[in-house]
Parts: sequence; C-alpha cells; structure tokens
Amino acid sequence: MTDHENSAKNLLKAPDNKSRRKFIGIASGVTGMTLLAPGIFLNQVAQAKTDAEAASSKVRWGMLIDTNKCKSGCNDCVSACADENGWKNQTRNNEELPNEVRVQWMRKVELKGKKTGREVSLPVMCQHCEKPPCVDVCPTGASFKRDDGIVLVDKHTCIGCRYCMMACPYKARSFVHSPVEFHDDYMPRGMGTVESCTFCVHLVDKNKSPACVSSCNEKAIMFGDLNDKNSDISKRVSQVASRQIRGDLRTDPGVRYQGL
Amino acid sequence: MKKLIYQEIEGKSTSYIKVAAGLIATILVGLLAAYYMEHNGHVVTGMNNQIVWGLPHVFAIFMIVAASGALNIASIGSVFGKTPYKPLAPLSALLSIALLLGGLSILLLDLGRPDRLIVAMTHFNFKSIFAWNIILYNGFLAIVAVYIWTMMEGRFNKYTKPVGIAAFIWRLILTTGTGSIFGFLVAREAYDAAIMAPMFIVLSFSVGLAIYLLVLYAAYKYSDRPLSEKLINRLKNLLGVFVGGVLLLVTIFHLTNLYAAEHSGVEHFTLNGSSYAFMFWVFQIFLGSILPLVFFYHPAFANQLKLTLLGAGLVIVGGFFQIYVIVIGGQAYPLELFPEYDVSSSFYDGEVALYFPSLPEMLLGIGGVAIAGVIVLFGVKLLKFLPVSLADKDIDPHYNSQNKVANKK
Repeated sequence: MTDHENSAKNLLKAPDNKSRRKFIGIASGVTGMTLLAPGIFLNQVAQAKTDAEAASSKVRWGMLIDTNKCKSGCNDCVSACADENGWKNQTRNNEELPNEVRVQWMRKVELKGKKTGREVSLPVMCQHCEKPPCVDVCPTGASFKRDDGIVLVDKHTCIGCRYCMMACPYKARSFVHSPVEFHDDYMPRGMGTVESCTFCVHLVDKNKSPACVSSCNEKAIMFGDLNDKNSDISKRVSQVASRQIRGDLRTDPGVRYQGL
Repeated sequence: MKKLIYQEIEGKSTSYIKVAAGLIATILVGLLAAYYMEHNGHVVTGMNNQIVWGLPHVFAIFMIVAASGALNIASIGSVFGKTPYKPLAPLSALLSIALLLGGLSILLLDLGRPDRLIVAMTHFNFKSIFAWNIILYNGFLAIVAVYIWTMMEGRFNKYTKPVGIAAFIWRLILTTGTGSIFGFLVAREAYDAAIMAPMFIVLSFSVGLAIYLLVLYAAYKYSDRPLSEKLINRLKNLLGVFVGGVLLLVTIFHLTNLYAAEHSGVEHFTLNGSSYAFMFWVFQIFLGSILPLVFFYHPAFANQLKLTLLGAGLVIVGGFFQIYVIVIGGQAYPLELFPEYDVSSSFYDGEVALYFPSLPEMLLGIGGVAIAGVIVLFGVKLLKFLPVSLADKDIDPHYNSQNKVANKK
C-alpha cells in the first residue's frame, strides 16, 4: 500500500466519520429548530379557534342603544372607539387630516324632529346588518359577515374600490385616505382600504364588551347575543319599543335604538 | 359596388407624429398623476369619505359606456345586415376596445390598492355586479378581438355574423351591468332604479356613435381619404334618434321620481336646487341634447357638416355631464337615515357633500382618454381597419342605379 493510499484510508477512519456525522446531526437539528420552532411558536399564537369555539351562527351579536340615556354633546363612546381601534390620531405631515377625509368608524348624530322639535342624540356606526349591502356589492368578497353577525373587511383582499361605501345605507364606512403611521396588531389598518366598526371583534372574541359599551357612563349601550333568549339584550328588546335605522330597507341591522 | 380595399394609414406625416407624441405625453402625465395619488393616498384628490367616487369614475364610466356604444356600428352591419355600415365595422370594433381599455385603466389606477389587481381577478363575489362587470369587460375584449379577426381574415369572414351577434348580445349585457352598478344601490335615493340599465344602454348608443362619428371623420380627413357626406348624414340621423331615446328615458326617470313623494327631495336637488341642476339643464339637456337635435334635424342646419360635427361633440359633452350628475350629484345628496328629523354630525349627516375635482384626478381621466386615442392611432397604422375610400361610389350598393336614374332625368 502506498503512502498516498494509507493517508486516504486514514481520512475515512471511523473517528473522523463519527465526528462528521455528529456535526451533520447537530447542524440539521439546529437548522430544523431554527426553521420549525418559530412556525410552531407562531402557530400556537395565531392558532385559529377550534370548531367548537369559532364564530357560530347560533349567536347574533347586537346592540341596543337607549337614546333616552344618550347625552347630547357627549362623545365618550366615539373617543373610546377611536382609542381602541387606532383611528384617534390621523395626521399627515404632522398636521391633522381635514375632517372630510378623516376616518370615522363611529359618530354622534344630533336629531331634531322636523314636526315635533324633539331632540335626540345617538351614536351611529356599522349596523352589522343581517343582509349587508356592503357584502353583496363587494367584488372580491373582502367585505364579509361572520357567522355570528359581525360584518368585517378583510384588509388583505380589499382593493379599495369603495363600492361598499356607495352601498351602505348608514354611511358607516370610511376609506383610509393617507398613510397609516401606527396601528395595533389586533386591528390592522392600511391606506387605500375601507374600514368600519368591527363591534370590537378582538374584544368580543375574548368575551369582553366593545369599547363604546364599556366607555358609556350612562350605560346607554347594551351589547349581547340577540339569539339567546336569556341574554340581557334579548330580554330588554322584548320589553321596550326599539327600532332599526332604515328598517324599511329590510337589511335587518343588529343595532337597535330605543326612544327614537 | 366595388370590392372594398382596406389599408393601413401611412402614419408618417408630421401631424400624425405630433398627435401620437401628444397622446403619449398625456398618458405619461396621467400615469404620474396616478402615482402621485397612490403614493400620497386619496387625500390629495378632491374625493373624500362623502364623495367616494370622483372625476376618475366619471371618465371611466363614460368611456366604458361609450365603448359598448361604439360597437353598434359594427353590429348594425353584421347583425342587422345593413350593407352600408359593413365597411365601418372594423373601426367600430377597434374604437370600442380602445375606449374600454382607456376607461378600465382609469378605474384600475384610481383603486385604493391598484397593486391588488390580481386579487380582483382571482377573488369573485358573484353576488356583486362589480365582480360580474370584471368578467363582462374581459369577455368583451376577447369577443371583440375575435370579431375583428373574423372581419380581417378572409377565410373567417363567414363567422363574422355569429361572432357579431355574440358581441352585440354581450355588449347589451355589459352596459346593463354598468347601469346596474347604480341601479342596485338601494341606499342612495338618486340611484336604486331599474331604469338605470336601459338608460345607460341608450346613452351608450348615443355617446358611442357620437365619438365614432368624430373619429371616423378625423381619420379620413387627416389621411386624405374620401368620405361620403351621405354616410355622415346617415350616421347623424341615427345619432339624433339615440339622443331622443336618451331624452325619453331621462324624462321618464325624473317623472317617476317626481310622482313619488319620498323622492321629491332628491328631485328638487337634481333639477332645481344645486350646481348639479345647472349641469343637468345647461350641459346635459340644452347643450347635450336639444341643441344637437336642432343641428341634426332642423332643415336650416341639417346638411351642414360642421354643425353635424359640432352636434356630435355636444352629445359627448352632454353624456359626460349626465354621468357626472348621476355619479357625483347622486353622492352629494345626503343619505336620509332619519327622514322625520333634521340631523347634524361631525360626519356631515344631513349636509350636501362638497366635491371639487383635483388636478391629478383630471389628469388621470384625460390620460385614460389618451390611452384610447393611442390604441386607435396605432391600430389604424398597424392593421387594415380603414377602407381606402368611403366615397359613395365605393360603398353604396345602389350608387350606379341611382346615377343612371339621375342621368336619365
């Protein structure tokens, strides 16, 4: 055997092979962990709810707004909505956006009876219709209604055509007219898409009330499951006179108003 | 009648190059405007959360409506068998494709997220008339392209009629779809009327033909090819019928609304109490309908070429303002959430919404028109869209017999 052959054999000797295998083994392990671990971790974080926990058509979320309690000039619910959902500060080049292009998920409307002179104050936001015109007209299906009646916009498929804004009888939707400087993780927002009240879906899914409901000192807004006969809201709507805005359109809004 | 010879235009003259350069420059400016709008957001436009569709939509809808109408000349020839219209068919088809592409470009570039075109092309909500329109527009482009092919390729001439019929039916459905964008909006008082669809169809007849007439005239004048005045007169007479048709449907639309007490507010707004009323009466009705009808049919003016061309131009202006009044005026009138109350809010409830078109919107709209112009300009240079002559002796099957009769007299 020549020296050359010997040295070649030496190279293939077991100890070297072992260390190489070991190295490859560890390397694959580390690589695998690096690649898979975040996936596993994120999967845990972003895991969708199980079928049993998912939005169910057995539930119909709704609101009852008592206009007798709602104070004229009070804007607490609107401010709470803006804070919670990230549309409070709307600036461009360090200046406040002009009002006509500001996003407004919720607004207070002051009414005065044309014949009676009676004054009423109430908040108006997405009415979360059973048959939402915005969902019907949306070309891509970005506007959609969850099984539990909450109407939302999928920000990833909204192309910004604004047809839903043309179709909404309540002027409940806003178009984001300028770059969004900050948004919370639970409420993604972006320029060029349409948005509106989500019933604070991120809170509702954690069994909490929407921000406007908890912010109202007068307890004028009641939130709950209209399908559950034993819920407070169901009991209430069965006892007091309430109506839907533009009920004539038969869109069957989930928001009802008392004292209107 | 001789066999017609179609030929490309030379397209080497200074005026051709100037027009082409002007149109391309206009497109570039339009694209820059679109980039400016997309980069900064719609805050730099006149549109807002009350007037969500603005001037770009007026341009786009006008051009889409006109596109389907521009195809009518071809349909009259190949579907209804009117021989004198057959030589006019290829240009008619080219113009319809050009107008549609121009209009769609505007619509696309005005989207909040034009980069998501692929989403619009892959996610369809079939309950949405908009989604249907995307399919109708694409289908229209395809059918008309095949239609042109059957007209230009001698071996496939026999298929021109069936394809022409398909294109004709498709275009009727397409304009129905465009009109229904508004007809299906139950929330807005100015819309929500089934008559929107037929009104848009007849409007497409009139503006499409008016544009066709002017393009035809310009093409023949600037390429020094003979064009029969009798033919222009014929088109003019037809255009008058269409203008009358639009007037009829507009009248019925408003009379029906006036009859219903619930619509009296919006009717007062459109017909009397706003700047849109001025646009309606002055631009749409007087300048865009009545005056052209006088030019077309009054014996004192009826055979004056210049007035015919002016009349066609006015029909285009009138149609544009008609769309403007529908699109912008319809949004400006406040939504009535509480009919029994006077209302006010930080979101302009109960107020007439204000809209001032911005320069970028205007440039985007004009850019779209230039896209249509370039397609036609290059189309007639590259392919055989135009007959060498549209003189009476070349296109009128009865020309010889008429002349003989005339000579005998």
